[in-house]
Amino acid sequence: MSSSSTVSGHLAASGLAEVASSEASLRRFLHGLPGIDAVGLQARAAGLGTRSIKTTAKAYAIDLAISMIDLTTLEGADTPGKVRSLCQKAKNPDPGNPDVPHTAAVCVYPDMVPFAKDALGGAPINVAAVATAFPSGRAGLPVKLADTAEAVAAGADEVDMVIDRGAFLSGRYLEIYELIAEIKKACERPDGTAAHLKVIFETGELVTYDNIRRASWLAMLAGADFIKTSTGKVTVNATPANTLVLMEAVRDFRSATGIQVGVKPAGGIRTTKDAMKYLVMVNEILGDDWLSPDWFRFGASSLLNDLLMQRQKLASGRYSGPDYVTVD
Amino acid sequence: MALFDYAPAPESRAAAGDIASTYGHFIDGEFVESTGSEALKTVDPSTEEVLAEFAQGTEADVDRAVAAARKAFTSWSALPGAERGKYLFRIARIIQERSRELAVLESIDNGKPIKETRDVDLPLVAAHFFYYAGWADKLEFAGYGSNPRPVGVAAQVIPWNFPLLMLAWKIAPALATGNTVVLKPAETTPLTALRFAEICRQAGLPKGVVNIITGDGRTGAALTAHPEIDKVAFTGSTEVGRAIARTLAGTTKRLSLELGGKAANIVFDDAPVDQAVEGIVDGIFFNQGHVCCAGSRLLVQESVHDDVMDALKRRMSTLRVGDPLDKNTDIGAINSAAQLARIQELTAAGEAEGAERWSPSCELPSAGYWFAPTVFSNVSATHRIAREEIFGPVLSVLTFRTPEEAVAKANNTPYGLSAGIWTEKGSRILWMASKLRAGVVWSNTFNKFDPTSPFGGYKESGYGREGGRHGLEAYLDV
Amino acid sequence: MSEPTTALRLDVYKTYKLFVGGKFPRSESGRVYEVTDRKTGEWLANAPQGTRKDTRDAVSAARKAFGGWSGATAYNRGQILYRAAEMLQGRRDQYVAEVALSEGLTAKKAAPLVDAAVDRLVWYAGWTDKVAQIAGNANPVAGPYFNLSTPEPTGVVGVVAPQGGTGFSLLGLVSVLAPVIATGNTAVVALAPGAPLPGLSLGEVLATSDLPGGVVNLISGRTEDIAPTLASHADVNALDLAGVVAEEGPASARDLEVAAAETLKRVLRPESASHDWTTAPGTDRLLTFLETKTVWHPMGM
Repeated sequence: MSSSSTVSGHLAASGLAEVASSEASLRRFLHGLPGIDAVGLQARAAGLGTRSIKTTAKAYAIDLAISMIDLTTLEGADTPGKVRSLCQKAKNPDPGNPDVPHTAAVCVYPDMVPFAKDALGGAPINVAAVATAFPSGRAGLPVKLADTAEAVAAGADEVDMVIDRGAFLSGRYLEIYELIAEIKKACERPDGTAAHLKVIFETGELVTYDNIRRASWLAMLAGADFIKTSTGKVTVNATPANTLVLMEAVRDFRSATGIQVGVKPAGGIRTTKDAMKYLVMVNEILGDDWLSPDWFRFGASSLLNDLLMQRQKLASGRYSGPDYVTVD
Repeated sequence: MALFDYAPAPESRAAAGDIASTYGHFIDGEFVESTGSEALKTVDPSTEEVLAEFAQGTEADVDRAVAAARKAFTSWSALPGAERGKYLFRIARIIQERSRELAVLESIDNGKPIKETRDVDLPLVAAHFFYYAGWADKLEFAGYGSNPRPVGVAAQVIPWNFPLLMLAWKIAPALATGNTVVLKPAETTPLTALRFAEICRQAGLPKGVVNIITGDGRTGAALTAHPEIDKVAFTGSTEVGRAIARTLAGTTKRLSLELGGKAANIVFDDAPVDQAVEGIVDGIFFNQGHVCCAGSRLLVQESVHDDVMDALKRRMSTLRVGDPLDKNTDIGAINSAAQLARIQELTAAGEAEGAERWSPSCELPSAGYWFAPTVFSNVSATHRIAREEIFGPVLSVLTFRTPEEAVAKANNTPYGLSAGIWTEKGSRILWMASKLRAGVVWSNTFNKFDPTSPFGGYKESGYGREGGRHGLEAYLDV
Repeated sequence: MSEPTTALRLDVYKTYKLFVGGKFPRSESGRVYEVTDRKTGEWLANAPQGTRKDTRDAVSAARKAFGGWSGATAYNRGQILYRAAEMLQGRRDQYVAEVALSEGLTAKKAAPLVDAAVDRLVWYAGWTDKVAQIAGNANPVAGPYFNLSTPEPTGVVGVVAPQGGTGFSLLGLVSVLAPVIATGNTAVVALAPGAPLPGLSLGEVLATSDLPGGVVNLISGRTEDIAPTLASHADVNALDLAGVVAEEGPASARDLEVAAAETLKRVLRPESASHDWTTAPGTDRLLTFLETKTVWHPMGM
């Protein structure tokens, strides 16, 4: 992971350090990004969605997808018991089948972080906490900072923050830039390490692909380690097309700055078939460098069971059923 | 080796149904043997395996087919439009039912990827019949007078690049307007047309309304020169189009031609660049570049030339070349040895003339006819690869500085079939579209087709339109 | 101080000249040929014998004028064609005389033919801004695309003017020329060699109608010189063979079509030599020299 000083060094080297020096300059930059033709973008995403992933490729992709899941519970009804159960599933997704990989992380509300840490013990599974007045982001900066600090203090390895979509849609980009930069600071731990920062755009509320591209660059300039489509709490969550925009953004950002940023589609990805489409996009848009849980995640809950059923089918040749995977 | 390597995902070859070892013609509702003894072979261009033998149509065969069409014309043209339409609706439906079979057969005979026959060719074929079926009883409202009449017997000669789709473009409007047809498929791709003959029988189409006669250019010449035909519709090379126009000179026969192209795909500095790159790729690598309206000349604004080239090369590196029946194949086989030789000749000329050649590393199968996707940069307007139609997966890149220059370069060709414009500026799109001398202008998209949308060229790309309301005119006496 | 004069006053004869690029040049060859009264055979005038080179110059002028004329608004083209009708009306008597001599008619029979020519110009003047509405189309494609087909002029059209039929010399000429230019094409016309005078005079009407130079070019002379030059010229986009009469040889419809095939020119075949040009024209000629351009654009946010 790049330290903040290295990031600013890269930005300076690529001439992007001054972009956020003023609202006007930031606005000029974001509006100077190439436009996106919606129909062409959707056609490209749909085209990649027709790839046929079979046999060995499917087996590889299923295990990769499992290992990329941020297994998520974000309910008002969450309890320590529910979170503990989720963590067991993350560690050992298919009880009868120990060679199934564990998920990348569990994703919970900040107050659930201690229970998750406890349940995971020493397992190499991160705890991600949604913070900054998730999902709406409608709170003042001190509240968001406190929310983040609490999660990090409780041991969160990753922080999934939301941007202020109201500010974005009214053009107050610098405010969002500064928010992200502040949260990034709040992610720092006393020992000098920092929780990974994922920035959620809530693409369904940004509506246009041009906005999503601008939000992506805005977040990356401000120091996001990952960019993430959605909270899972609105009507339109991750789609192949809006995730494609994020992928193009991280690809272009690395070309421009040398800094690699991760991508996380979240919400609405429920089937193996869906997951395959996203992995095909990672493969063909971003390539090998992003084909790992360090750089690509699925924010999902029910997806895991479908992947497990498909995995069982591949192994046995028989279709599996919901009674053969665990309810958590 | 890549981390995520797609395993083979082959479509079943058996889905193509039975391919006979030899085929005759389809005349007057029957499959008949040729009066001659000469047979041609059609091969799977991805393996060079012989798929079937078929008849080289003789003048006597052409006579029989034209006579059958002439005889059928009387009753077919007298049939109420609504009934003619119902036959076409039936055909459209049977094509939908049998679309997997036809897609696989087309891929085998032509070499194009199953992804395209399945997702592009066959859906468009069915849609074309469905569209013109609906016109059959509405011709008096088409804007060609209150009493539009059929022309008579149409001689139709089609190319090998979209065998069944070109058949649909020819037969659907001809039949809807009350004409009868004699159609000759290309000599490298006769199989789907012969399978279509079976569909005509399943649909109960009256005998002689559709006649399919196979053979090479000699058969085509005999058909288009036949004294008893009333109309010729040809899609193919400009050279053959010229010859047909000469043949019909001084007669009363009607002619529509859809010929070659050397389309400019113009990318401005404010283009939606990711979609533009997709459009460039789709424009020249769709169907191995065997497309008359292919965007074979990329005109890119100098200020973004390097960025666009980088993005294009990156994208080309992900193109998958190989087995046409693999569902993940993007680029299939070149249709024939002759076409491959033509592509090789022109690309060699491009190198010799000093253009810079680049292809992604890609392994080509040892048997069959293959050509890697190729881009030439530093191309000058005088280079052969900037002027001649290559009809293969080969892109020539030129630059421009201003919109005027882009228009001047785009129009600087005897062809005028299609053009592409990529810019986010609406008024510039409309200005460019009005200046480009091309029959189809795709702005911020490329290679889109629809039965309702007229297609055809300016200048030496031919005359007449296929598709849409305009497509009726070629088959109506008004 | 005036005295009654009995001295003969000589009429001023008109020197008939070609109409090329908005100017009235003599033929580059310097040659003329005799034009005679259709009925009596008496000498009427010397017409310039336009050559292949005159034809080539006319094609250059027509090409040069094409961008401006095709780019002019349809309303503007309509205004200019209507202006031409006004000018023709104002010179009615002159044309009645020329048509009578050209077609061997009495003035009384020639007059309605001239009136009909005026009316035909008015008919086409009204078409300029409507033709796109009957020849164009919004196409409901099965996808998120705006798709529109519009007619555009083909380019430079070579016209072989009618050489026979009722009213051929002026009404016939106007009937073939007006639809070509109404839609934005430019024209090079091979005038009827035996009856070129109304056509040569038409240049005077067009020159005073704000028609940009080169939009219409009128060449008198031997059809077998002019028509094959047009048919084989690579910078001519289309041919109207309306007045072709030769059965054989380079000026026959067949040979001209063969020559035209070299660059895939659009060809309108000959009209019957006994065609009655007073019959209502319909839209056939108007729609002939058009190309359909279809523009696609995605519709997305």
